[in-house]
Amino acid sequence: MNIHHIRLQRARRAWLVSMILLLIAVIAILISLNTGTIRLSPLRVLYTLLGLGTRQEHMIMFDYRLPRIVITILAGAGIAVAGAILQGTSRNSLADPGVLGIHAGAGLGLIIFVSFFRTMEGSVSVLIPLFTFTGGVVTALIIFLLSYDRQRGILPIRMILVGIAISAGISAVTLLLSLKLDEDTYTFTATWLAGSVWARDWIHVWTLLPWIVLILPWVYWRSRYLDLFTLGDELASGIGSQVNRSRISLMLLAVALSSASVAMVGSIGFIGLIAPHMARQLAGAQHRYFLPAAALLGVVILLAADTVGRSIFQPNAVPAGVVVAAIGGPYFLYLLFKKY
Amino acid sequence: MLFGRQLRIGIWLLAAAVGLLLSIFLAVSYGAKELTLAAVWSAVWHYNPDLTAHQIVHDLRLPRVLGAVVTGMAFGAAGAMMQGVTRNPMADTGILGINAGSAAVVALSFAFLPQISYSRLMLLSFAGAALATLLIVLLGSATPGGLTSMKLTIAGAVIAAMLHSFSTGVAIYFDLSQDLAFWYAGGVSGVTWAQLKLMTPVIMLAIMWAMLLGRPITFLSLGDESAVNLGINVRYIRVMALTVVVILAGVSVSAAGSISFVGLVVPHMARRLIGVDYRAVIPLSALLGAVLLVWADFASRMVQPPREFAIGAMVAIVGVPFFLYLARREGREL
Repeated sequence: MNIHHIRLQRARRAWLVSMILLLIAVIAILISLNTGTIRLSPLRVLYTLLGLGTRQEHMIMFDYRLPRIVITILAGAGIAVAGAILQGTSRNSLADPGVLGIHAGAGLGLIIFVSFFRTMEGSVSVLIPLFTFTGGVVTALIIFLLSYDRQRGILPIRMILVGIAISAGISAVTLLLSLKLDEDTYTFTATWLAGSVWARDWIHVWTLLPWIVLILPWVYWRSRYLDLFTLGDELASGIGSQVNRSRISLMLLAVALSSASVAMVGSIGFIGLIAPHMARQLAGAQHRYFLPAAALLGVVILLAADTVGRSIFQPNAVPAGVVVAAIGGPYFLYLLFKKY
Repeated sequence: MLFGRQLRIGIWLLAAAVGLLLSIFLAVSYGAKELTLAAVWSAVWHYNPDLTAHQIVHDLRLPRVLGAVVTGMAFGAAGAMMQGVTRNPMADTGILGINAGSAAVVALSFAFLPQISYSRLMLLSFAGAALATLLIVLLGSATPGGLTSMKLTIAGAVIAAMLHSFSTGVAIYFDLSQDLAFWYAGGVSGVTWAQLKLMTPVIMLAIMWAMLLGRPITFLSLGDESAVNLGINVRYIRVMALTVVVILAGVSVSAAGSISFVGLVVPHMARRLIGVDYRAVIPLSALLGAVLLVWADFASRMVQPPREFAIGAMVAIVGVPFFLYLARREGREL
């Protein structure tokens, strides 16, 4: 058994895992399309896609279900990969864009957007991710500055603690700003913070799409650097990686992915934590193996949470973030007590 | 020397009490409709139901301000006791998830038992607080070598986040969403006279009980070994103290919702002012907690009248920078 053989075996395993997850994701999409007050069976979905469905089916599918599902898919993948990048670059297995407060910063950006443009519909909403990205970057900067120690670099546990606090503080400021606007925005902000998929129009799909489809392949291409970071800074710079430059650029990409995603689906925590961890277990620890699996897992988890949230609890929908937290919280505790 | 210290404690306690009284009068006088101090005075002592000003004071302002006083006292005292017993400078019933446990049970009982009487609700709220406390204590004792204070804080914060998201889910699912702001950040605007009559004696008794435990808690705060050497039954005192904490948190959450950071900030101020003697730290924390919450409530209805801002978020705006400062200081030992 030589090294090539092992490598081939690993690649094959990662490939297999990704394929299975892709299959699960497709099944999840079909179930999600089928869920709601008016049911659409997979066969009818196929007919409708081919343009053979009734007008009512066409409307339900293309005006209501599909945009929401596409947004959920994009955001799930985005948040999961953002979590993987944060875990890789900071060598902190507890890093998650939600727990670290980056989502809260993005929320602040969203409310600032609303206070400027007074709407979240129409063509102007293409600008939403820019605002949330700015909010996310500023928050990330604050967190890293506060958890940085001159001698020992970024301290993992302190980073989490600072993130939790920053998240609480920024959420409070966001609520305050939204109350200054009007009552409806205040309610919207409160539900947004609980993590509900609010974006339902195609314009929101087209807004989110470029961020995800451009950044994900780029991250995949740079995944070798993520592997280097897990070895430690000294080794990484020894091998010849320009540690700090590629770390900063990758972290910026992570913030971009997660802030663009949560702009549309609300502050959903823990997906960025669970998906990469599960993917690593399933597909192996090298980033080029588990990144696709993590993205697919993110899709499956968020889609399942959203579908469960809006179907089981009829007639009221429970935000997807609540469903995710019920699974993600215990997992976070498990990791906290296992690793540190 | 000893006399001087006692004098200092007495002066600070007196100053805090006077400050609290002034804050109460100010908070009752100002609002959507401003009243003169004289009108407030006569409304309190010579209540005349025919006058609008008297009605405003008696029915709207006074219950909520007194609610802020009582819950503030409870959160402040509970925070002081938790910090003393766990020797964790970042302990607070809100941050460690005790308030969230209580709020989750309150949310559930609002959903399933909408006609429940307030006294029953209070008992259920205790149960929620007790369960969350038990969970945290178990997590602490299950870890070999014990928990570092930072780890405990993170675990508590995550438990709080989970329970909070559970409560939000319950509120949205059962269409309690008009009260969503209440679940989100708490508020004393809904406190009624009936609730006050029930919760005030409970909280006052609990705080007195806490003060009786002040001496052993002082020794405990210096370390388990020294407490044992001084003849303190560590386990017994710890259980007693946590029981009082559960009572305080349970009662105040059942009336005002989960409010974090009061119990974090206030004991640090109290210790800075009068030293580590918990017989004095607990009452001073209670008084300062009341002042903080009265001001937070006042600010939350003054930012954008006539709308109300979540009081918990108001306290968080003060509490978070303080928390960050503590985390930075504690982090040195990590």
